[in-house]
Amino acid sequence: MSDHYIRKEDAPLLPPPSSVAGPVHWIRENLFSGWFNSIMTLLAIYVLVVTVPGLVEYLFINAVWDSVDGKACRPAAGGGPNPADWSGACWSFAKAKFGFFMYGFYPDALRWRVDLTGVIGAVGLVLLLIETIPHKRWTAVFMLFVYPVIAYILLSGGMFNLEYVETNRWGGILVTLVVAITGIVVSLPLGILLALGRRSKMPAMRFASVLFIEIWRGVPLITVLFMASVMLPLFLPEGVHFDKLLRCLIGVALFSTAYMAEVVRGGLQAIVRGQYEGAQALGLSYWKTMGLIILPQALKLVIPGIVNTFIGLFKDTTLVLIVGILDLLGTVQTGLTDAKWFSPNTATSAYIFTAAIFWAFCFAMSRYSIYMENKLHTGHKR
Amino acid sequence: MKKLMVTAALGAVMGLAAGAASAGTIEDVKAKGFVQCGVSQGLPGFSNPDDKGNWTGLDVDVCRAVAAAVFGDASKVKYTPLSAKERFTALQSGEIDMLSRNTTWTATRDTALGLNFAGVNYYDGQGFMVRKSLGVSSALELSGAAVCTNTGTTTELNVADYFRSHKMPYEIVAFEKSDEVVQAYNAGRCDVYTTDASGLYAQRLKLTKPDEHIVLPEIISKEPLGPVVRQGDDQWFNLVKWSLFAMVNAEEMGVTSANVDEMKKSTNPAIRRLLGVEGKFGENMGVSNDWAFNIVKQVGNYGEAFDRNVGPKTPLGIARGVNALWSKGGIQYAPPIR
Repeated sequence: MSDHYIRKEDAPLLPPPSSVAGPVHWIRENLFSGWFNSIMTLLAIYVLVVTVPGLVEYLFINAVWDSVDGKACRPAAGGGPNPADWSGACWSFAKAKFGFFMYGFYPDALRWRVDLTGVIGAVGLVLLLIETIPHKRWTAVFMLFVYPVIAYILLSGGMFNLEYVETNRWGGILVTLVVAITGIVVSLPLGILLALGRRSKMPAMRFASVLFIEIWRGVPLITVLFMASVMLPLFLPEGVHFDKLLRCLIGVALFSTAYMAEVVRGGLQAIVRGQYEGAQALGLSYWKTMGLIILPQALKLVIPGIVNTFIGLFKDTTLVLIVGILDLLGTVQTGLTDAKWFSPNTATSAYIFTAAIFWAFCFAMSRYSIYMENKLHTGHKR
Repeated sequence: MKKLMVTAALGAVMGLAAGAASAGTIEDVKAKGFVQCGVSQGLPGFSNPDDKGNWTGLDVDVCRAVAAAVFGDASKVKYTPLSAKERFTALQSGEIDMLSRNTTWTATRDTALGLNFAGVNYYDGQGFMVRKSLGVSSALELSGAAVCTNTGTTTELNVADYFRSHKMPYEIVAFEKSDEVVQAYNAGRCDVYTTDASGLYAQRLKLTKPDEHIVLPEIISKEPLGPVVRQGDDQWFNLVKWSLFAMVNAEEMGVTSANVDEMKKSTNPAIRRLLGVEGKFGENMGVSNDWAFNIVKQVGNYGEAFDRNVGPKTPLGIARGVNALWSKGGIQYAPPIR
């Protein structure tokens, strides 16, 4: 009986068969789960194989990273060092003009003021957006009321011994950010007020809000900018000049306010009647009802819509280009007119560079909105 | 004009330039301390910012010459980049003092729009570029061609005029930006690329195989480009006009930025008058008598400005052609200073 075999330890754990786990399984499950998906996968692989090597070659391997002018990016027939069928990105162009793309014509010696404004803004934004940092209320007050004043004084000067820099010398990312941030900061509170106004029971209030929203929303942004920059000076008495950038800022802000109002109104309509009645039963005033009960729920619902409007606004800032204000895209296009840098590849790589910057900003906004949605999801999420 | 800062209700602040019922542009300019000059949003060689963001170009040099005449300091210019649509409004509304933005002198602009052209700093015209493989040597052989050009410019109209008057069928392929036009031509979407002759040679550098293209000899339009001022301010008009003439005269007399100091000692009466050693020509215009000396010293004569910005040694590589002095076979001609 002693030759009974008694196993003393557990059988070794075998990995699951490759048909239900592991990379092979994953590939089967996700890439080749049917004839249609298999074809799509093969097609996608084919597209990648065809495009990626060329793209990598253009963007990195063949790219010119360092040169003093566009000659290095030209083929031999144009006076450059490259063979006839060569093509590669001309990053040295973006590198040489980087200061111009950042600040436009802002005087070299005074650019620290722009940097300082940016740093203060960035620090304020970080304090505001990261939820574990306390004293939100004071930061918010600072960012909404004190910071614009500081930014205005620093950027345009003309007081406290700071040299005055006219706005037509601003440019590049500076202008893009000024227009976008002003639009964003003005449009959200004004949009909320207009949305409330449109749902108000007071006829005059409702009428005024509807009128504002429908007029501004019914006009293309280009028309607004043209009116602001070309027509307005003709209406004003002789010798009176509004600053052109300011005219566009107001135009862009009011325009996005109208859109924002409709987004917020969408949120307000999604709040069930019981919420209003509950607030009334508690004896809350109109503003308390809105501020404590309705808006927190409504705004949370429309975060995607709000961020959508913000992103749209950010990209629409490039339209100020047509009225002669040089935003990022404007400075890039102006930079492209420098004959020194002419080459078959300069324009393409400059636009890729611009697109990358715009994408980075928009992607950051989008990620933050997803983070906010996840943080605030209470009840509604399925 | 005095800068008043007015705080508006929204907390936005606007620069309100309250002009005292315009005393004349020259007084305004002197009072504010700079010339506000309207330029393009970037045209190679004429007005475009360099790597550091400083404006350079042939048109920019006219602005600088005017500043040198008024202040004795060519750097006292502020530039307003303007789109083609905005440029005249900006001038009419007083937002800028002068417009130096490759603007073609036409009858409508000179009369109906209330503007004055202070001269011509570049005689341009529209030209054609084609592929060598097309085997074409004259624009008259372009019957049935697809023509790439910019939308909404006089170039498009000129092409229509030219092809219609020669009874040749054609097809327009138009784009908004020059870069798009060049790309389309490069990709073979059209047979002919047309734009101002001043731009043709430079645009060729953007092609992948520049040696496979040629510029045809025909110039199909007249585009005299020059600085523009508002009508009704003759003193300012005179100053801009003579700033340009001074540059041309200086070239004719052989006065350059390098030798202008020595030339002051010249015995040639014409040079002495130009440089303000004799006569009171500056005072008559409301500026100092060494106005032209300052222009030549700081900006250079017309030939220097041409060579520096668009000449054969620049990427644009434009030969003087019709823009040579009248004495050298061109049509650049300035009335004498006397």
